Amino acid sequence: MSQKTNHDEIVDALDDEDSAFGAVADDTLSKRERYVRALDRNIVAPARIVWDDLRARVGLAIIGIYLFMGTVGPKLIDPPRTGDGPRLEGAFETWAHPLGTDSLGRDILASIVHATPNMLLMILAGGIFTTVMATVVGTTSGYLRGRVDQFIMMVTDVVMTIPGLPLVVILAAALSPENPIVIGVILTINAWAGLARSIRSQVLAVRENSYVEAAKAMGMPTRTVIRREILPNIMPYVLVNFVNASRNVIFASVGLYFIGVLPYDTIVNWGVMIDLAYQGGALQTTAAAHWLLAPLITVMLLSFGLIMFAQGTDRMFNPRVRARHSSSGTAEEPDEETNSTPATGGALK
Amino acid sequence: MVRYYIKRTVQLLVTIVTVVSLSFFLIRFLPGGPADALRAELLQNNPGMSQAQINRRVEARLNIAPDDPLLVQYTDYLINLSQGDMGTSTTQGAPVTEILASAIPWTIFVMATAVGVAFVIGISAGALMAYKEGSRFDSTATVAAIVTNSVPDYIYGILLLWILGFQLGLFPLGGRYSGAVEPTINLLTPMQTVGFLGDALRHAALLITSVVIFVWGGWALGMRGNSIQILGEDYLRVARLRGLSERRIALRYVGRNAVLPMYTAMLITVGFLFGGSVILEQIFSYPGVGYYMIEGLHRRDYPLMMGVFIVITITVAIGVYIADLTYGWIDPRASADGGSD
Repeated sequence: MSQKTNHDEIVDALDDEDSAFGAVADDTLSKRERYVRALDRNIVAPARIVWDDLRARVGLAIIGIYLFMGTVGPKLIDPPRTGDGPRLEGAFETWAHPLGTDSLGRDILASIVHATPNMLLMILAGGIFTTVMATVVGTTSGYLRGRVDQFIMMVTDVVMTIPGLPLVVILAAALSPENPIVIGVILTINAWAGLARSIRSQVLAVRENSYVEAAKAMGMPTRTVIRREILPNIMPYVLVNFVNASRNVIFASVGLYFIGVLPYDTIVNWGVMIDLAYQGGALQTTAAAHWLLAPLITVMLLSFGLIMFAQGTDRMFNPRVRARHSSSGTAEEPDEETNSTPATGGALK
Repeated sequence: MVRYYIKRTVQLLVTIVTVVSLSFFLIRFLPGGPADALRAELLQNNPGMSQAQINRRVEARLNIAPDDPLLVQYTDYLINLSQGDMGTSTTQGAPVTEILASAIPWTIFVMATAVGVAFVIGISAGALMAYKEGSRFDSTATVAAIVTNSVPDYIYGILLLWILGFQLGLFPLGGRYSGAVEPTINLLTPMQTVGFLGDALRHAALLITSVVIFVWGGWALGMRGNSIQILGEDYLRVARLRGLSERRIALRYVGRNAVLPMYTAMLITVGFLFGGSVILEQIFSYPGVGYYMIEGLHRRDYPLMMGVFIVITITVAIGVYIADLTYGWIDPRASADGGSD
């Protein structure tokens, strides 16, 4: 104990004698401590902010249900088979078929659950493809500027103006993809462009900071500067956009399966169920209404969950909210802050 | 500014060339793509046919001569397209250009009406929400906007068609207009014209409604955010001190400044709605361009499908181009900082 104070005194003395340049950090962080700190700053603090928001909590709960349905669900519930039960049994009538059956007697709950893993793979593939592509393109372009930037932005603008759905339709026609991961990538084939553009403008703002200049002056290679100094600043933005990209993957895949653009043999998607119900006359008779409504509600609920989550995480941008949560005080939220950020960010890109 | 115009024009040309090349290469090269599929189909249906005959048939249908050198094929394709020749639809028995020419006005009619209605609703709701910020109206409308904006338009389409179309029988189930109504737009016969327009509107009503329900929320939230920001500006306080009427402040000072930054975003949305017509028109069996694209796909009518793709993408590209060029003219603030970004 006494030794330590001694040591401190010596350091203090050194500090006083020499100029500030002579001072050396008196203790270095061990690797483990550094990881703990990074974890706290990048995951625990944002998570706490997110959890504080009711919308984010609702969103997380809903997303959790779907994750459960997609991972554990297929093991708990038998796959749907023709003739599982009577045809077109209504919903909430028997325990054997809680959501009823379709016109071939397949259990609707089982169909929904067994379509989920593919759906999640698709969402994940599409979301990752969009965000990674956009982040790579946006940061390189924004950081390098000049000719490279001009060329990349030209390409990006061209990709951005091509409307996604018709492009996906002809790609699907030419490739007839069946692997969910491939489908996910095709569905977002030009979704990255808009995001890349907004990431670029964020990078343009971040790179003006003095610490980026310092890093460059120290001779860090470009890749390291981008990874260590620039990326952490735009990560929350990228995360929120990952959620939005996922939502678009769901909309597009369900829509395209529904109009029969993507090929299928069995029920691999909620869109397929909607298509089968639509073809099977679920619009004409009320007896088949549950067959149509079940997948519709499934899609709507997931989309609602994702949007709630995105709205809640939007607050992570707000530096004041962040600062308050990193020190454990829980002051009352000033009203203006909640109003100003989320609305504009989401609607206008 | 001139440099910006040149840059945008080059960009438009690049977009068009990209789209056209893409459709050319997709038809021509992808394994299992349209050309191969068509060849396989012809072989299956006519086992006695020689390779040359099959190639000729493929050429007649897809506008492609597979035996010519690649460059010749490509330039032929470009020349044909520039002359408005997109080949002949195999299922409709008419030139693709003709089918598209008859379909485009309907898609534009539906989308323009929907966008117009959504614009009025979204912008006025957004402005009201901003004025009554923090009130119960504001929070309810915000939630409503977020929720309606979180469900894709085709789901509204299915639900509306199911409830109002099939169950209650209030709206027709498909088509552009009733068979009994003669399509007339003529100032000399106003009664018939009004009757026809009303009938056409009734057929498009559910489609329009589903787009409006989906789109209004995003614009309302955008308008709300922009207006709130402007309401706090100093020049607004000055305007009030000058004793200008509230109405004038609301329209000229807040409204205009809040709407203008949304101009480009809105036109891009319009472009994407145009692309989104692919799914909606299929649900309502509404023969616009999107409908024919999927018809072409299902019935392996590739010239028709590719024709729609080219027309939709080029229309959207030109739309965005016009939006970008006119933006500086509509909102002088944009040209002040060069408008290059």
